[in-house]
Amino acid sequence: MLDFITADNSELEALERKDTRSGFGQGLLEVGQAHPNAVALCADLTGSLKMNAFKDAFPDRFHQAGIAEANMIGVAAGMTIGGLIPFTGTFANFSTGRVYDQIRQSVAYSEKNVKICASHCGLTLGEDGATHQILEDVGMMKMLPNMTVIHTCDYEQTRNATHAIAKHHGPVYFRFGRPKVPIITEADTPFIIGQARRVMTGSDVTLVANGHLVWNAILAARQLAAEGVSVDLLDMHTVKPMDEAALIESVKRTGCLVTAEEHQRAGGMGESAAACLASHMPTPQRFVAVNDSFGESGTPAQLLEKYGLGPSAIVSACKEVIAVKQGLPA
Amino acid sequence: MSSPSTLRDLCTQVRRDIVRMVHGASSGHPGGSLGCTDFLVKLYFEEMQIDPSNWSMDGKGEDLFFLSNGHISPVWYSVLSRRGYFDVPELATFRKLNSRLQGHPATEEGLPGIRVASGSLGQGLSVACGAAQAKKLNGEDRWVYTLHGDGELQEGQIWEAAIYAAHHKIDNLISFVDWNGQQIDGSVEDVMSLGSLHDKWSAFGWEVMECNGHDLEDLDRVFKAARAAGGNGKPVMVLMRTDMGRGVDFMEGTHKWHGVAPNDDQLKSALSQLETSLSDY
Repeated sequence: MLDFITADNSELEALERKDTRSGFGQGLLEVGQAHPNAVALCADLTGSLKMNAFKDAFPDRFHQAGIAEANMIGVAAGMTIGGLIPFTGTFANFSTGRVYDQIRQSVAYSEKNVKICASHCGLTLGEDGATHQILEDVGMMKMLPNMTVIHTCDYEQTRNATHAIAKHHGPVYFRFGRPKVPIITEADTPFIIGQARRVMTGSDVTLVANGHLVWNAILAARQLAAEGVSVDLLDMHTVKPMDEAALIESVKRTGCLVTAEEHQRAGGMGESAAACLASHMPTPQRFVAVNDSFGESGTPAQLLEKYGLGPSAIVSACKEVIAVKQGLPA
Repeated sequence: MSSPSTLRDLCTQVRRDIVRMVHGASSGHPGGSLGCTDFLVKLYFEEMQIDPSNWSMDGKGEDLFFLSNGHISPVWYSVLSRRGYFDVPELATFRKLNSRLQGHPATEEGLPGIRVASGSLGQGLSVACGAAQAKKLNGEDRWVYTLHGDGELQEGQIWEAAIYAAHHKIDNLISFVDWNGQQIDGSVEDVMSLGSLHDKWSAFGWEVMECNGHDLEDLDRVFKAARAAGGNGKPVMVLMRTDMGRGVDFMEGTHKWHGVAPNDDQLKSALSQLETSLSDY
């Protein structure tokens, strides 16, 4: 594993880039091989979700649902009754807001073992614009009792998480994305639901990120290191249940927190972290997240920059919260 | 078919349970429950292959039933208890705190016989499609039955499921509509007319049948016909004519008793019309 602080830029540029949805597609194929009772459903986005490999390998276990997501969720709930493990696939927008009541009643309240696999989350869906760029889905899903919420950062982590959710009994919301991003975990990096992954150890500020913003957090930590600021970076891939022990252990050492995510500030991972610390250890915090607005068309990089989710925004937030901790004017 | 008198006695007892449960909770939905009593008694006592004493969530090797219009929980709870899924006296806990008999059916409290929550309308047909497909994938030659309100057919998800079931040739699925023509705000015709249900389901690729939901012999006929038509690549829809509030004269044929509990005098009057009693809880 690369040391992200000491590595030079050419080493970072040499990292292989792949989309997280392809990690899901590969993971799903492997899960299909390992679990004969795993089945997949897709609402007319088989190529986008990279579910073709599963479909080709297990045609009898792949169920096309058409452009009818509410029904797809219900069918998946019904399949669990016969002991199947259904993985539903569509964009994050159509996986959550469009089908909230179906998930609430037929899946979460009914404690069904459905894996809701949601691609194209957040701003990095890009040019399609705000109709498709959901930024509220984590909030909707984490509010549901019985629901586990996972958001992965790269290809290998997404592939490994697909295995983990297949073995986990209970409803899961599994969020990943469209663009190609650097692979920063290894094929054998353990993925443990509810256990944050430490990316780097530091002492001045706790930085907690997930999804595509783990990469931006790494870039921010490099910049901060060059300025003499040491970052303790956690990848909080499981939003619910949150690894509160890891969070508390880190802020005990650093005394301040920045959270970074591709989601609305309201309802996001940062909000969960704040709720945890408010109860256990009130801590100065800054939120790198979308601040109560919809997105728009653009490239992923342009959108992350414009909506304040880029490395420079994370650097600023870290400096600001360190100043607050030190009692200086922010 | 059992002797008609035995089944009729059961139906009367279930109707007594319904009005007593709703009265005891001072809330609930008697109208649709009374209207679907004959159907559910026939289904659970004569049609489904089930093993209530060994109930399991997966129902392996058994037929399954999904109540999509979950608000008629009183009739379902009564039939489930009378069939042996749980003790009949538990009916007295309906809608009360810490009960397994929630206002609308739920799995969280572990009541035997219930496999998914229902209440928010329009979801049961999708769930049944998945359960029926799982039966096929698991190599089980068993039936999945559902019941829906006619007003419930205004939900879009029903028609998503209708398309799905026909496309995937889910021919071990037999659905019934409680075709009483009533919903909360009035008659279905006035609130949101459905046109020809027969033509609609037929156009969606289903085998469509009709029956009288209060005539046990006609129900017997239609169950046999539905299973005979099943297995041929098409799901089956039975449009079942019923009277809301059937069996209690002042509740019959009106939407006004959709979700209202009888008071003490009304309970007395209702029970006087349902005299044959096996044993009240």
